[in-house]
Amino acid sequence: MPHETTKNAAGALDVAVLVSIGRHPVTGRTRRADQDARAVEAALALDHARVQLIHAGHHETDSEAALRGYLGMGFEALTLIEQAGDADVLPALTDALREAPPRLLLCGTRAETGEGSGLLPYLLAESLGWPIVTGLAEIERVEPEHVTLLQALPRGQRRRLRLRLPAVITVDEAAPAPRQSAFGPARRGALAVSEQASRPDTALADWTLEPARPRPKRLKVVKAASARDRFKAAAAKAEGGGGQVLTDATPEQGAEAIFKLLHEEGVLRR
Amino acid sequence: MLDILLPILIFSALALAAIGAVRRIRLWRQGRPSPVPVIRGLAAVPRRYLVDLHHVVARDKVMSSTHVATAGGFVAAMALAIVVHGLGLAEGVLGWLLLAASATMFVGSLFVARRRINPPARLSKGPWMRLPKSLMAFSLGIFVATLPAVGVLPPDAGGWLVAVLLAAAVAWGLAELVFGMTWGGPMKHAFAGALHLAFHRRAERFSTAAGPGRRSTGLKALDLDDAEAPLGVETPADFTWNQLLGFDACVQCGRCEAVCPAFAAGQPLNPKKLVQDMVVGMAGGSDAAYAGSPYPGKAVGEHAGDPHGPIVAREGTALVDAETLWSCTTCRACVEECPMMIEHVDAIVDMRRFLTLEHGNTPNKGAEVLDNLIATDNPGGFDPGSRLHWAADLELPLMAERGEAQVLLWLGDGVFDMRNQRTLRALVKVLRAAGVDFAVLGNEERDSGDVARRLGDEATFQSLARRNIATLAQYRFDRIVTCDPHSFHVLANEYGELGGNYEVSHHSTYINELLEAGWLSLKASRLGRVTYHDPCYLGRYNGEYAAPRAVLDALGVERVEMARSGYRSRCCGGGGGAPITDIPGKQRIPDMRMNDVSETGADLVAVGCPQCTAMLEGVVAEDRAVVKDIAELVADALDESAPAKDRRRVTEEEAA
Repeated sequence: MPHETTKNAAGALDVAVLVSIGRHPVTGRTRRADQDARAVEAALALDHARVQLIHAGHHETDSEAALRGYLGMGFEALTLIEQAGDADVLPALTDALREAPPRLLLCGTRAETGEGSGLLPYLLAESLGWPIVTGLAEIERVEPEHVTLLQALPRGQRRRLRLRLPAVITVDEAAPAPRQSAFGPARRGALAVSEQASRPDTALADWTLEPARPRPKRLKVVKAASARDRFKAAAAKAEGGGGQVLTDATPEQGAEAIFKLLHEEGVLRR
Repeated sequence: MLDILLPILIFSALALAAIGAVRRIRLWRQGRPSPVPVIRGLAAVPRRYLVDLHHVVARDKVMSSTHVATAGGFVAAMALAIVVHGLGLAEGVLGWLLLAASATMFVGSLFVARRRINPPARLSKGPWMRLPKSLMAFSLGIFVATLPAVGVLPPDAGGWLVAVLLAAAVAWGLAELVFGMTWGGPMKHAFAGALHLAFHRRAERFSTAAGPGRRSTGLKALDLDDAEAPLGVETPADFTWNQLLGFDACVQCGRCEAVCPAFAAGQPLNPKKLVQDMVVGMAGGSDAAYAGSPYPGKAVGEHAGDPHGPIVAREGTALVDAETLWSCTTCRACVEECPMMIEHVDAIVDMRRFLTLEHGNTPNKGAEVLDNLIATDNPGGFDPGSRLHWAADLELPLMAERGEAQVLLWLGDGVFDMRNQRTLRALVKVLRAAGVDFAVLGNEERDSGDVARRLGDEATFQSLARRNIATLAQYRFDRIVTCDPHSFHVLANEYGELGGNYEVSHHSTYINELLEAGWLSLKASRLGRVTYHDPCYLGRYNGEYAAPRAVLDALGVERVEMARSGYRSRCCGGGGGAPITDIPGKQRIPDMRMNDVSETGADLVAVGCPQCTAMLEGVVAEDRAVVKDIAELVADALDESAPAKDRRRVTEEEAA
């Protein structure tokens, strides 16, 4: 594949990008997931990298079109770990990554379909024993054992981090937009099936799933007399008014405080 | 001595020309196959040349007569010279005929020479500057050399010096005019041009004994089912061989350059240079020898290519820069003007297809628009379920409920645009006033695929087209009426290849029919001076120039024409996805068009296309003319006191 051919193959960094099936917010049609596509873009921006795309999940015609969307960014193949419809992809992904560990694992922060809990990167990092960094803005430098990157923080702030490899990095809207997916490479690209046992997600079987309802948003009442005040209100930092900083608290005190807050916010009901 | 020299010169020139012809044909045959009827094509050349090509050339009367004298004189003189001097048969009238032919050619060449004194910028210089001299050398040389043959001068008049000079002049002429034709001089246009007429990729353009040629403006579909078929054109050799032949036919007259809106706006496109670049690529080499106007802002000599090398490089430069291809508005002004019948727009879209489908490199908002078309079936990414929100109060009859109607009103993506919604409301008002039995597809309608196709995304175009065709196949209607010329063109001319054949009318055509049939009654207009802007996709693409003007006349306005109107109308800048790819230039195309409008002194410019409306109304200028769609003008002028006519009711009464 074009992105494997590096000038210095021996020193090339092995990068794996986890890609999932996306869902268009307006029409619900399957597509390449936006954050995952940004993760692929971040991988393609690296010099001297061997980039591998991995998808684990149930394979259908609809999802094939979405996966081909990633191939259209310039790949000859995508590793497809086929799973049953009710499978938990985490063990299969963990096993596959253990068998052939990349130095760097990139993925979107949260999937557009399925549970979309955003927990998968954390669980993967935990089971692999790798560090995880969220909100990648840019990978600045890659060394044999380390990677230097910019992490996106709220309101455009950036934090430079130096991270030991191997590592998991997640990508959200702060990373550069993905390149266009071209029809030709998407059509030609191969889905290379990799066998992994499919283990059912027992927790999911007990859940009741229902369509999300739009929740009312809290109104931000701005009492401003002038345009300047309105601008200041719009541009102001979200103030954590009423918040509380606990230092040197015992786990019990911390849990108590969180529990109280969740009650106040109505997340937990008595 | 001349009677020995001339046959040698003539026959060696013919032999060299034959060798050159083989070499030239080999260059063309590097292209992809494209089957043509060889014998029928060759047999059609005289008619295509004398009727169709002359029709274009004759728009410039002086040059047309010049060409008739020079080219006609040359062909006659050359044929006669072979007989008279080559075979030594000067008996009787032949010699005199040769004298007449070469004299005619000489007169023509004087006009060619006059043309080359301060030539207009659109003409190429370089080797073209020597052409009148070559023409004169040949015609004078043959004329004088023929005088002894008819007995006006003694056989050895002037001695050997004159004989050598004459032989030299004739040799020069033969070199330029005979084997220069096939070895790549200015006269190449005659050889390649004649064969291009014979083997044109759109043979239906030409008239036949049965009648005039058809407008052939629909793009040709890519075969997406064949995984091996190339997706567009990457290298010069990816063009079909007769496209390459067409490029080689270019006479570098620059008529395309003079009418190209992108060139005038200072965007990096010149249709003539583009065609010459394809010739450079076909033969291999650099564009340094090009002697015409360059692409605005791009120096000549920095680009090079070869038949099997990329036309557009992923990085750096190759034969052409991508922004040159993306500057085109696909307005077809160049194709309309080209006396050599070259299809510039086909070539540009072919190359765009490769950039989009293989490189994934549609510039600026292109990728976003294509993604939206794929995900939401409209370029703006709007909810496809909200297509009829603008008409919530109109209770438009839906095809899904009716199943059939006389007229299927195709609304287009303008349904999402507040400006165009006013046009649509006006059109609905007009149709209701005339009692037309119509219905809309509503949420079942999708983008026609026009923008996707012009942006090179043939896959998305075909996907949209096939789904639209499947939807249309469920309903019965006599014809489709639309106020969007782009949808009109695609539905009428491009769906056919995919299995959708419909009778389609532009709303101006339909309104004109309603007026002529007396279904609409109009009040006297209070509009002042009005000019009409021809949309490219209605005019040049579909030949409808008359109906919108007839509607304006029926409104009783004082209609004035812009200097560039009708088939020479200047594009608004909105076609071909140009507002999406947005290649920077020195000025904006719609600004130039509104200048054309203000030159007429019109207070109002009537339009018939949502793109033109958006582009022209976006012009910020003092005292800018008001932009109104034909449908709006008619709706405003409806005489509502007249009794409403309901065609459906009438037909039902008749049936009862």
